[in-house]
Amino acid sequence: MTTTLTLSQAYRAGVAEEMARDDRIFIMGTDILIRGGHFAQVLGLGQEFGAERVRDTPISEAAMVAAGVGAALTGMRPIVDLNFLDFAFGAMDEICNQAAKIRYMFGMPVPLVIRATNGIALGGAQHNNSIEAWFAEMPGLYVAMPSNPADTKSLIKTSLRLDDPVLFLMHKSLSGMRGEVGGPEDLVPFGRAAIRRPGRDVTIVTYGGTVGKAVQAADRLAARGIEIEVIDLRTLYPLDLETVVASVKRTGRAVVVDEAPGYGGVAAEVAASIQEAAFDYLDAAVRRVSAARSPIPNSPHLLEATIPQVADIEAAVDMVVRELV
Amino acid sequence: MTEVRERGEVTMDPAPIDFAGVSPAELIEWLRTMVLIRTFEHESVRLSLAGKIPGGIHSSEGQEAVAVGSIRALGPDDVVAGTHRSHHHALTKGLSPRSIMAELFGRADGCSGGRGGSMHLVDPSVNFFGSNGIVGAGVGLATGAALGFHLRKQPAIALGYVGDGGANTGRVWENVNLAALWKLPLIVICENNLYAVETRIDQSFAGESIAGRASGFGLPAIAVDGQDVVAVHRATAAARERALAGDGPTFIEARTYRYEGHNVGEYGVYRTQDEIAEWRTRKDPIDRLRSALTAGAALDDQAFESMVEEATATVAEAVRYADASAWPTLSGDRAAWPADQIEMGDR
Repeated sequence: MTTTLTLSQAYRAGVAEEMARDDRIFIMGTDILIRGGHFAQVLGLGQEFGAERVRDTPISEAAMVAAGVGAALTGMRPIVDLNFLDFAFGAMDEICNQAAKIRYMFGMPVPLVIRATNGIALGGAQHNNSIEAWFAEMPGLYVAMPSNPADTKSLIKTSLRLDDPVLFLMHKSLSGMRGEVGGPEDLVPFGRAAIRRPGRDVTIVTYGGTVGKAVQAADRLAARGIEIEVIDLRTLYPLDLETVVASVKRTGRAVVVDEAPGYGGVAAEVAASIQEAAFDYLDAAVRRVSAARSPIPNSPHLLEATIPQVADIEAAVDMVVRELV
Repeated sequence: MTEVRERGEVTMDPAPIDFAGVSPAELIEWLRTMVLIRTFEHESVRLSLAGKIPGGIHSSEGQEAVAVGSIRALGPDDVVAGTHRSHHHALTKGLSPRSIMAELFGRADGCSGGRGGSMHLVDPSVNFFGSNGIVGAGVGLATGAALGFHLRKQPAIALGYVGDGGANTGRVWENVNLAALWKLPLIVICENNLYAVETRIDQSFAGESIAGRASGFGLPAIAVDGQDVVAVHRATAAARERALAGDGPTFIEARTYRYEGHNVGEYGVYRTQDEIAEWRTRKDPIDRLRSALTAGAALDDQAFESMVEEATATVAEAVRYADASAWPTLSGDRAAWPADQIEMGDR
């Protein structure tokens, strides 16, 4: 029998299973004990596990991440829930200069999960930063960003069994997405992408909130006879370049899609890696589809124009298909 | 002038050291450790200027009593997290002089395998959670360790150091608030040496005193003479008792002074030679303990001289060890770093 859960419920289910399995796991964050977090991502865990293990904190991101790092060094397995990834700006030193570097400098494991919701939706510029690449760039951190409930549950379970800090990112617009989830021992390893849709003509590489858009674009292109392979990275570090490169060697064409500004983003990293590993197989330049270099506007009309839409992905595919045919 | 004095300047003659409750054997060991720190720092400053120590150091000379007084009040399971100026903390917590010196030299036998350097000394086996290059960060790691002890119901406490400069960073107070709120077994010791790099505290600090600021967070906050090792020990021991009893954290402002510049080779014009001389001659923590012990007939000049000789020999051996230690290799370094953290194309 399979269960259908929303992405937030899937996260919660994965955390609950791991907390029951491992009493070293506890959660810190604002408004989590009763409210269950800003995205209902831990709703009910407060009642289930109590205020010692589901700890409401002051709005002190630096302190909650530092406390997570220090507790991890004593053998605990904290989850720091920042609610919005934008609030990580207040804990950047603790994430990048402490958590990320301690294993290297001190030889001590830091089993810390920092969960945050990111991705672009309504709410304006300060709650819609797509800074996942910042963390993926930082040696010492792992970054997961699932695109569906099943991966959310499986990847958070994996994250809670790793010995290094993980940024666990959940896209806002997917919070209510429903889907089947796996059982207590269904764990997705880090660094293993998923092929969401097989296809022979063009590879689209993406993750998180744009996986759905890429699949929609692929469906529309299929109607015109262009078969797209959609790869969902699932973890941004480690990157599963093996799956990406093998696909591009088959298709000869690649489009990389993300919601962040293009400059120095995950899409740029993937595009550069494809050209290093599969240049001779390429029939066209690798194209990126990313957001405009702009803070995110609140007006839905402006917002739609700022970030990649299905039509933008389709247009990029058309460009790589036309080249060198 | 009151304000300046409140912020840490000890303008009167220091009070005599009160030995009540401390055994002569303990006092002798504390003095020995303080002499070791001073000897180590003298030599590391010299070696830094001579180019033997890559990257420079921050000397703790002058602040010995803060480290020794506080860390000697702890148990072996208690955690210490330091600052950018932490050789004295590391030596007192039990890192060997040779493992620190080899680390300063950047060698494979250093306590961090050459990865760390002066600001990233570490030894988990003695619960020293590192010196730290980021101002105020050690308080955060100590807060977390205290949270870990609380959750594990482990009878241990964590001590985080910060300086007067760190008393102006937000993260320190975020952590003090959290620890006070959750009654964590934490001690925060602010080593107020009056200068954040070259900025004097009265140019950077609003309010009456650091301890006064801390008291607003709802925890006991006291100021002690940081050049009196027994006073520091007494304050820390009381704070530890309180923490172990579940009564929460304590903030201690230890008023101290560094004799060297912020960094080695500094040419400072921000303070007078008279000021340095006054601290060195009238308030020196080693001189004060030595003369109090001598006056009480617990120590004679010969015993002190042999203490200095012993420290000199220990540090000389540490330097020989560091000099003989191999340079770390990148391949050895990579082997100890998770394979999946090594980029494709990494050389």
